[in-house]
Amino acid sequence: MEANFLTLSNPGVAALGNLPVVPLDEFRRSVISGVNEDGWGVSSFFSVELDGRNLLICVLRDDSSSKLHLLSCEVGKSYKSLTSECAAFHWFERELRESTGIEPVGHPWLKPIRFNTDESPDPGVTDYFTLGGEGAHEVSLGPVYSGVNESGHFRFQCVGEDVHLLEISLGYQHRGIESMLVGGPTKRTLPIIETIAGDSSTSHTGAYCQLVEAMSGLQPSKYAQMIRGIAWEFERIANHTGDLGALAGCVAFLPTQSYCGRIRGDFLNMTASLCGNRFGRGLIVLGGVGYDVGKARAQELIARLDKVVPDLENALDLMFAEQSVLDRFENLGTVPKETAREVGLVGMAARASGLSCDVRTHLPYGVYGEHPVEEVVLNGGDVLARARIRYDEIRQSLSSLYRLLSSLPEVSPCVSGTRDISLASDSIGVSLVESWRGEMCHVALTDGEGRFMKYKVVDPSFHNWFGLAMSMRDEQISHFPICNKSFNLSCCGHDL
Amino acid sequence: MDWWLISLLSTLVLCPLLPGLINRVKAFYAGRRGPSLFQLYYDLFKLLKKGRVYSLASCGMAGLAPWFSLGCMVVALLFLPLGMCDSPLHFSGDVILFLYLLGVGRLLMALGALDAGSSFEGMGSSRVVHFAALSELILLGAIMFLICLTSRMDLSGLLNSVDISSWSRYGVLLLMTSLGLYILMLSECCRDPFGDPDTNLELTMIREAMVLDYSGPDLAAVAYAASLKLWIFATLFVMTLLPADLLDGYKGWLAYILSIFATALSIGVIESAMARFRLRKIPQMLLAGFGLTLISLVFLLFFGGR
Repeated sequence: MEANFLTLSNPGVAALGNLPVVPLDEFRRSVISGVNEDGWGVSSFFSVELDGRNLLICVLRDDSSSKLHLLSCEVGKSYKSLTSECAAFHWFERELRESTGIEPVGHPWLKPIRFNTDESPDPGVTDYFTLGGEGAHEVSLGPVYSGVNESGHFRFQCVGEDVHLLEISLGYQHRGIESMLVGGPTKRTLPIIETIAGDSSTSHTGAYCQLVEAMSGLQPSKYAQMIRGIAWEFERIANHTGDLGALAGCVAFLPTQSYCGRIRGDFLNMTASLCGNRFGRGLIVLGGVGYDVGKARAQELIARLDKVVPDLENALDLMFAEQSVLDRFENLGTVPKETAREVGLVGMAARASGLSCDVRTHLPYGVYGEHPVEEVVLNGGDVLARARIRYDEIRQSLSSLYRLLSSLPEVSPCVSGTRDISLASDSIGVSLVESWRGEMCHVALTDGEGRFMKYKVVDPSFHNWFGLAMSMRDEQISHFPICNKSFNLSCCGHDL
Repeated sequence: MDWWLISLLSTLVLCPLLPGLINRVKAFYAGRRGPSLFQLYYDLFKLLKKGRVYSLASCGMAGLAPWFSLGCMVVALLFLPLGMCDSPLHFSGDVILFLYLLGVGRLLMALGALDAGSSFEGMGSSRVVHFAALSELILLGAIMFLICLTSRMDLSGLLNSVDISSWSRYGVLLLMTSLGLYILMLSECCRDPFGDPDTNLELTMIREAMVLDYSGPDLAAVAYAASLKLWIFATLFVMTLLPADLLDGYKGWLAYILSIFATALSIGVIESAMARFRLRKIPQMLLAGFGLTLISLVFLLFFGGR
């Protein structure tokens, strides 16, 4: 290793002065060798203006040593792109150029990703790859759909029924989350974080809270951590259940579709009985949790789980035993392990391709230090693997839930949050969590008064949209809905 | 009143019941109550009161196609024996006319779909036409088998000359042929596992993609024609199975109507119990259906004792 990275644990804080600023050449060499040779993941990559200098900051995730490595370098209006040597930076550099105007020279396809600046055209109005020749045709899908979907635009270049290339253009859901967070934390910060992506509310608030707690030296109590863990696992199970039902719906397999739709609601309702909101809003607050669970409610939840879990297993076993469903899922939308690593997939989509990348196991945070979870990794990388991994993770989350719920005391001491927090000034903090979709990275830089000068959110969808595009290469166009559902990525989380 | 007239009228009136029946069965399997049996009647009534919207790319074909296609379907119906009685119109060789009336209906729908100028509809029509080319083989195979079995050349004769004695001799062959016709029915009407009539995902649609741009009365014509088509293909299947001399009069009529409803119920069961095929597998299944009819034909010709 050439450069001296700033090495942090998860969540980690350091004074900005400790962040090494190296020359561009050294930055490129160290970062690229870290990703390509040591197998680190790119968790975040952004620029920030510090004392009149443009700094590029890269956060790398090192699973083998359970550490985060940070490095920065000073750039002017342009620099030599990293993408050509390390494809995982592809989307990050497009974002960088769009949000700051810094030009990554040599980037192969430098299009906007959010269309959120004053000069940007309307979302989706941009160049696309086109395919010429006989039998070639273009199909465009979205941003308006026949079902209840988020807005995203898909451009397929097809030859007959085969998709040669899929390009994904997003940005329709942009709300300016990151700029709203600058100057925080304020009373509004937490509600904004909760709505970054509605289906991963508790994961985003978890990432935010543990970041701010680390930066202000707050330590939430053991029981608060447990209640957070309960919320995260409920979120995971509810979403996985919903996705499996939707996957069954994509292939018109009625029973599993119907039952999973109902059972997902049961899990959401259990979350609601914790805090009054089906998506867990208001449950996780700075310094602790908004609501205590208590023994009585924990017992009641266990009883409700006992009732619904057999139904769920029944519905899922039915699907995974049905030949006609397996025939649809198998060898469909395959993302090989090498491709997954190259484009930097995260979360369960990456684990379905054989990558080991669960933040809960590799960089344990919160409750997962004391109650570890075993990582589920499958091979195959096809829709079947992405479906099976959900089932396996549901089983595992259920056992975590039972364990956590049954070890809660009558009244959990010191779980309530706090209002007065003061963040370390001139610091950088990083926090990673594993949401149901995958790795979520929050990075905050504070100014001299301990206010957010920059708040960077990377949702797992940001990493994985390109994986969906890769899974459709040379696949039949009629298989797009299944592939799409098997990733089930968020437009909101991507567009911020 | 003649039985053929009663059958014809009951067909025209009752065919919107079939999707209702199928949906009720599917709802039962999904643990729901499901929509009313008469939902399609309500929908048709609602659609007839609404206005039309046409694609800007359209040159007028889109507005005509559903009605002419429905017309073709109704004329074809006149050649089809509905129940244990002859059809109102029949002549030797009318099977060919029947086949081509269905073909012209499909052609018109494809033209109407292309007229809207949307890539989804283009894709849908290309799929429909592709699969229809193969499913016609099944119908041809079944008709050839029946011609050889009954030595008749009109649809009424073909479907109404199969009696109990031919069942006792060629029962297996008749079963195989009707299985082929069942596959034909599922494929032509885009029922699961060939298509998913409930899907909202344009990229996976077959027949549904062709009608995305229709609205109001045009959509009513499309929906009614679809249920009529299901009735027609269910009739082909049922009439091959039912021995003609088993029952007559009102009993024959009742047996026919009940068999059609039973067929609809069986479609509902299939749709609930299995996932739909990959598009690539559909041609294989259609060829398998053709194979069934072809094998019956070969067995009849070589071992039929003629």
